[in-house]
Amino acid sequence: MSWDWEFAIDVLPQLLEAFLRVTLVVTVVGSITAAVLGLIWAIGLRSLPPVPAKALAWVLDFIRMTPLPVQLLFLYYAVPTLSALQVGIIIIGIHYSTYMAESYRAGIDSIPKGQWEATRALSLPASRTWRAVILPQALRATIPSLGNWAIAMFKDTPFLIFIAAPEMVSVARNIGGNTFRYVEPFTIAGLIFLAASYPTAILMRKLENRLAY
Amino acid sequence: MRDFIDAFVSAAPQLWEGTVTTLILSLGGAALAVVIACVLGLAAISRFVVVRTIVRIIVEFFRGTSLVVQMFFLFFVFPMWGIEWDPYTTGIVALGLNYGAYGSEVVRGSLNAVPKGQWETTTALSMSWPLKIRRVIWPQAWALMLPGFNNLLIMLIKGSALAGFIFLQDLTFVTEQLRRTLDTFTAFGLGLVIYFVISLACSYLLRWMELRAQRRLGLKETKTPRTDKALAGGGTA
Repeated sequence: MSWDWEFAIDVLPQLLEAFLRVTLVVTVVGSITAAVLGLIWAIGLRSLPPVPAKALAWVLDFIRMTPLPVQLLFLYYAVPTLSALQVGIIIIGIHYSTYMAESYRAGIDSIPKGQWEATRALSLPASRTWRAVILPQALRATIPSLGNWAIAMFKDTPFLIFIAAPEMVSVARNIGGNTFRYVEPFTIAGLIFLAASYPTAILMRKLENRLAY
Repeated sequence: MRDFIDAFVSAAPQLWEGTVTTLILSLGGAALAVVIACVLGLAAISRFVVVRTIVRIIVEFFRGTSLVVQMFFLFFVFPMWGIEWDPYTTGIVALGLNYGAYGSEVVRGSLNAVPKGQWETTTALSMSWPLKIRRVIWPQAWALMLPGFNNLLIMLIKGSALAGFIFLQDLTFVTEQLRRTLDTFTAFGLGLVIYFVISLACSYLLRWMELRAQRRLGLKETKTPRTDKALAGGGTA
């Protein structure tokens, strides 16, 4: 089956619309959710007493080690009032927050012990220790890693096909199912992913080199 | 309660079959991914620019275009070009190619992380290329690769959940079916726990292999910093 330019141009607007309306929205809102939750988990792992901290670590491992589709379907059926898009954002956000928590944790662990001791010596309260001393230093090392997770998340958005959210790859598959032409929609969808993720990845690599101490 | 136990007993064979399908895809995909990762990883440090460029293009292509798109492409488009595989092969090839590309970056990074003196020594001893890789470089790189492979294996297992879309009845598919006979919470609880156990077992196995590799090199048993987990999988496009 050969490539048909006319058909490709025909389907491009639909795919782009799905990309902007669902794929990008889920990625952007999901990334913000994951970045915020991940930071909360990382601080929790560090400051909670041992038993709750251990419990939190297990919960995070559980979320990280079970597949996104099962988690998506679970919330989708368990809370029928949520729309597919809302389920997608919540689950993808939570799923990737567990990965981002590890990135934050690596950043926090890289802070020299002397910094913690200094905050003690100055008897800074916990909130100021985190806000004024630890996080500004830790985040610098963490940001490129968070960006990489956001890119990974972006490429996982097609999993929303499980809950029938109209993101780009589901739309491509529907077009294929209706017209029996799969080549063009899937090729375009793949190229859009590549075109969006590759430059971002290079940007993150540059940022990484720039922010490195 | 009785109803629940009956439902569970009647669901057990289905769950088992789903688990087996998931395991076949994951292990098959992982085996293929390791082979591809090693070949591409070794080619990525070739001294020929042409080889390195070709590898770069292949790797960025497979990392950048999303697993879901690749699997659908293999499943829906390839048959139109006369290339028809059964769903298992399609799933294994898609998982193997995608995670093989990610894995090649782990291999490349680990080979580059072997101290330069080791490479120079093999040259000084005028070892042939296969000999120096096999006897000197690879055993050291292998210990460095395993944490990265560990993350990727977990991701690959999770990626196998796509199987339902290429008409395989894997654990995710069975879980969704069971929702109708059991209730939502029980069905998904069972499905999630089985996935967690599989992932955890694989993770411990690779951790054990890592310790063994380190011991063979006479290294002190160091606890792998958790940073590896955070950095390897996410690593760029």
